[in-house]
Amino acid sequence: MNMETLYQEIILDHYRNPRGKGLREPFGAQVHHVNPTCGDEITLRVQVDEGVIQDISYDATGCSISQAATSVMYEQLVGQPLDQVWPVVEEFVRLIEGRGKVEPNEDVLGDGIAFAGVASFPARVKCALLGWMAFKDATLQALGKDFT
Amino acid sequence: MTLLDVDTLRKDFPILERSVRGDRRLVYLDSGATSQKPYAVLNAERDFYELHNAAVHRGNHQLAEEATDAYEQARATVAGFIGAAADEVVFTRNATEALNMVAYAFSNATLDGGPDRFTLRPGDEILITEMEHHANLVPWQQVAKRTGATLRWFGVTDDGRLDLDPDLITERTRIVAVTHQSNVLGTINPIARIAQMAHAVGAIVVVDACQSVPHMAVDVGDLGADFVAFSGHKMLGPTGIGCLWARADLLAEMPPMLTGGSMIEQVFMDHSTFAPPPQRFEAGVPNIAQAVGLDAACRYLDAVGLQAIHDHEVHLTGLAIEGLNDIAGIRIIGPADLVDRGAAVSFVADGVHPHDLGQVLDDSGVAVRVGHHCAWPLHRRFSIPATTRASFYLYNDEDDVADLLAGTRRALEFFA
Repeated sequence: MNMETLYQEIILDHYRNPRGKGLREPFGAQVHHVNPTCGDEITLRVQVDEGVIQDISYDATGCSISQAATSVMYEQLVGQPLDQVWPVVEEFVRLIEGRGKVEPNEDVLGDGIAFAGVASFPARVKCALLGWMAFKDATLQALGKDFT
Repeated sequence: MTLLDVDTLRKDFPILERSVRGDRRLVYLDSGATSQKPYAVLNAERDFYELHNAAVHRGNHQLAEEATDAYEQARATVAGFIGAAADEVVFTRNATEALNMVAYAFSNATLDGGPDRFTLRPGDEILITEMEHHANLVPWQQVAKRTGATLRWFGVTDDGRLDLDPDLITERTRIVAVTHQSNVLGTINPIARIAQMAHAVGAIVVVDACQSVPHMAVDVGDLGADFVAFSGHKMLGPTGIGCLWARADLLAEMPPMLTGGSMIEQVFMDHSTFAPPPQRFEAGVPNIAQAVGLDAACRYLDAVGLQAIHDHEVHLTGLAIEGLNDIAGIRIIGPADLVDRGAAVSFVADGVHPHDLGQVLDDSGVAVRVGHHCAWPLHRRFSIPATTRASFYLYNDEDDVADLLAGTRRALEFFA
C-alpha cells in the first residue's frame, strides 16, 4: 500500500476545499471530540428536523484525512433522512476499521469509498473516524439518546 | 571531538538491515520514543534465558544463585553508569513507573501519616515545568489532588528554554519535578542550578532523565537531584526495565508503592514490616532478563563512549536544524542553536499537518514521531496541536539527515 493510494485526489480536494466548514445555527446538539494520540480536535453541531439531517456544521483542526473525511461526510449526509444516514455511517466505520480486508460498498458510501486506503494504515484510522464519531454522538444527543 | 565510526556501529543493530514500505532503506529517527537494540543486548537476554533463568532472591538452587547474581550485577552496572551506589538504584518497569513511585510515596505518606519528608499539607507547592512529558506531569497533578498541595510550573520561552522565574521557588515549595532534557524541544535544563535553588528552600528535586541518560554522560552526584528516573528501552536496553535512582537517606524513609512478595521483612496476619531499599520497591518477581539486557546496554554505551555519542548527535542535530531552516515553510519548535541542546528536533510545516508529513516520511522509509509526544501542554504553549519530531542516536548518520530533509521537501510539494 503506497502513499498515493492513501491520498486519493478526492481526499486532497476535500482537504484543500472543505465543504460545510464553520459552526452554524440552529443546531440540536453540539459535541467536542479529540484524538488523544495526536491532539486533533473537532467541535461539531447537528440539526435534525422531521427525521432529516438538516445541517452538520463543524470547526476542526487536524490532518488531511480527518479534515477530508468530515467534509465528505457533510456532503454525503446533509439532507438525508436518518434511516438512510445510519447505514452509511455503519458502512464507513466497517470499511475504515477493516484492516484493508473489507470490500467497500460504493453504492452506500459514495465518495466515502476514497478512504478505503486508510484502512491499511492503522495509525490513521482514528483520523478518518474523528468527524464521523462526533456526528454519531451529536445526532444521538440531538435525538435524546446517549452515545454508545 | 571524537567521531563515531557509525558504519561499524550500525552492523551491531540487526534491525537497521531491514527495509520498510517496499524496498526503502530504514531511516530510524524515533529513538526519542524507543531505541533499537544491538546484538550485545539481544544476546545477553537470550543467554540469561538459555543458561541461568530462575526467580531472583528466593530459592537456594544453583540457577537461583546465578540469576540473583546476574540481576544484582545489572544493578551494580547501571549504578556505575550513572555514578551511583548499587543500593541507590531501584529497578522499575520504566521511567513512568519510577516517577509514579516517587509521586505515590508522597500520596501514601500523606494519607497514612508517613515520614515527614514525604508528607504534604495544603499550602505546600509542587513545582513542575510546562515542558514536561505527561509522565512527570500527570502524577504530580494526582498528588496535588490527593494531598491538597498546589501545583505550579515554570513556563517556557519562545525559543524553547525554561523560564526560570526564581520567584516560583519559595518556602512553600516542597517538590521540584523537572525534565533533564525535553523530549520535544531538545532543551537541556540546568538541573544543578535548579537543584541549588530548590535545596536552599528544603525542596526535593525529581528529575526525568529519560532523554539525557541514554545520550550523554550523567553523573547523579554532579546533577545534584534527589530522584532521577530513566527507561532502559531508550538506551539500547529491552522494554520493561527502567530505573529510579534516589539518595540513600531518602530511599530509607520512602514508603513503597507496590507491596507483596520479596519486598517484606516480616509478615504476620495483621501487619508486615518492609525490607530495606532497594528490595522494598521491587515487589514480585522483577524483569530479570531485561535487567541483564540493560546491563549489556550500559556496557555497550560505555565502550562507545557517552561523550562521543553526544558530540555525534549534536553534529547531526546541527545539520538537521540547518537543513530544515533552509526549507521554506518549516519552523523549528525549540532552540535554534546547539547550546545545551540534545538530539530531538521538532518542527511544523505550513499547510501540512504533522500526521501527513509523517506519512510521507514513512513512505520514504523515514520513521519519525508525529503528534504531541506526550507533552500536550507544551504544544498548547506554542499554539500548535502537534509537531513532527526527528530524534537521533549513535547509529544515525548524515545520510539519515539527508533523507529526512528530502522526505520533508517531498511532503511539502505533495500537499502544496
